[in-house]
Amino acid sequence: MFRNVAELVEMAETQQKKISTIMIEQEIEITGRTREQIMKQMETNLEVMEKAVERGLEGVKSVSGLTGGDAVLMQEYIKKGNFLSGEVLLDAVSKAVATNEVNAAMGTICATPTAGSAGVVPGTLFAVQKKLKPSHEQKIEFLFTSGAFGFVVANNASISGAAGGCQAEVGSAAGMAAAAIVEMAGGTPAQCAEAMAITLKNMLGLVCDPVAGLVEVPCVKRNAMGAANAMVAADMALAGIKSRIPCDEVISAMFKIGQSMPSALRETGEGGLADTPTGRALAAKIFGMPLTQE
Amino acid sequence: MKYKSVFDIIGPVMIGPSSSHTAGAARIGRVARNLFGREPEWAEIYLYGSFAKTYKGHGTDVALVGGLLDFDTFDERIKQSLNLAALKKMKISFHEEEAVPDHPNTAKLVIGDSKGELELVGISIGGGKIEITELNGFKLRLSGHHPAILVVHDDRFGAIANVANILSKHEMNIGHMEVSRKEKGKMALMVIEVDQNIDDAVITEIEGLPYITQVARIVD
Repeated sequence: MFRNVAELVEMAETQQKKISTIMIEQEIEITGRTREQIMKQMETNLEVMEKAVERGLEGVKSVSGLTGGDAVLMQEYIKKGNFLSGEVLLDAVSKAVATNEVNAAMGTICATPTAGSAGVVPGTLFAVQKKLKPSHEQKIEFLFTSGAFGFVVANNASISGAAGGCQAEVGSAAGMAAAAIVEMAGGTPAQCAEAMAITLKNMLGLVCDPVAGLVEVPCVKRNAMGAANAMVAADMALAGIKSRIPCDEVISAMFKIGQSMPSALRETGEGGLADTPTGRALAAKIFGMPLTQE
Repeated sequence: MKYKSVFDIIGPVMIGPSSSHTAGAARIGRVARNLFGREPEWAEIYLYGSFAKTYKGHGTDVALVGGLLDFDTFDERIKQSLNLAALKKMKISFHEEEAVPDHPNTAKLVIGDSKGELELVGISIGGGKIEITELNGFKLRLSGHHPAILVVHDDRFGAIANVANILSKHEMNIGHMEVSRKEKGKMALMVIEVDQNIDDAVITEIEGLPYITQVARIVD
């Protein structure tokens, strides 16, 4: 059983296996379930992610009215062809946003690793697939690879915004996605770890400051930027760029930063953007209305 | 290691918007209901930390009640749970507590009916994963991710061995076990997490043992 990224990479290298294979084999060993059962469950999760993106791209609106429709705007912009960055990158952004808009509308999603950060992994997966043309099995493997890195973060640091801020949620999700993109693109296990480290380094310190305590502002756009961050870091790692600070130490730094964050910046809706004049005004307006009916 | 399965990370499939505040809350409610063994007629729900500050925005209240109604994290009915509970005449009140808990996402549920009541404290640790930290005043650690048996019993010689013998006879493997008691010789609680699902026959046999007060089962 791997306890950190270094062990995970070493296992993959010495056994000459992909990270996803190591994760699948560990799951079989820990749970006693068969490979078929495990693959089937991940396939179901993949289907939930596909449906959420489809729904988001049709256009949704949250109950509060704060979020919805941006995924559609981005897709229309891509179609015009005048974008400045890149089509795959913006497609990832749009699909990450789509997922989180569905989440904010109390739709069905798959937490990766949390619901507030559920857009990054599927957003990047469904964007890079156009370019990399993976098999159905490889798409499922993408989720196991991201799961393997998330597993290490969850056990050595935190994936909870209330405990560690947004860096623990979108930061972890972005790192997980970056590593999985690298594997799908044919990178080595070590490059997966570099991509995760580079991504997470650039998410350190990100606070959890949701306006009105809702998983909407700024969460939806943070998923967009988490996806963009993952895409760029994956390209950097594939180019051979390395993180000077090893991945496990970046994860440990994230944990310590989370512990020293004041409670106002850890999912209490009291500080940061939630505490801006506009944030407070929105909260006052929203709490006067029921949020639970569709 | 708190997280054992890759599906703790890629999962659960759930109704939005928050894995810790919505899915985790639904799971805490559902564990309470399973332990109680039936639908409660009333519930007093105490929210602490981030749960207390943001429960309305995250639908934590809706999700906890959804759990009490036995809804899973992906059940679309969660959204309507407050209305559904009202239709069933379930009396529910929420209390926003000021006390600072050990974990920022903490809920205490006191539920009951004319026949009895149950008090449970649960924490939502991230990604939809929960731990039950207290049951009827007993401190405990229950992941809610394995089938488990809870046995309230008198603190006497052989009570634990008798239960273990029954599990052994049914070829059930114990993954985690904890025993606690309020006072020497008084009420005690066994928490047994097992790998296999628990048949009714096992529960009935344990109930028939001497010194056993109450047996509850939590299915994964």
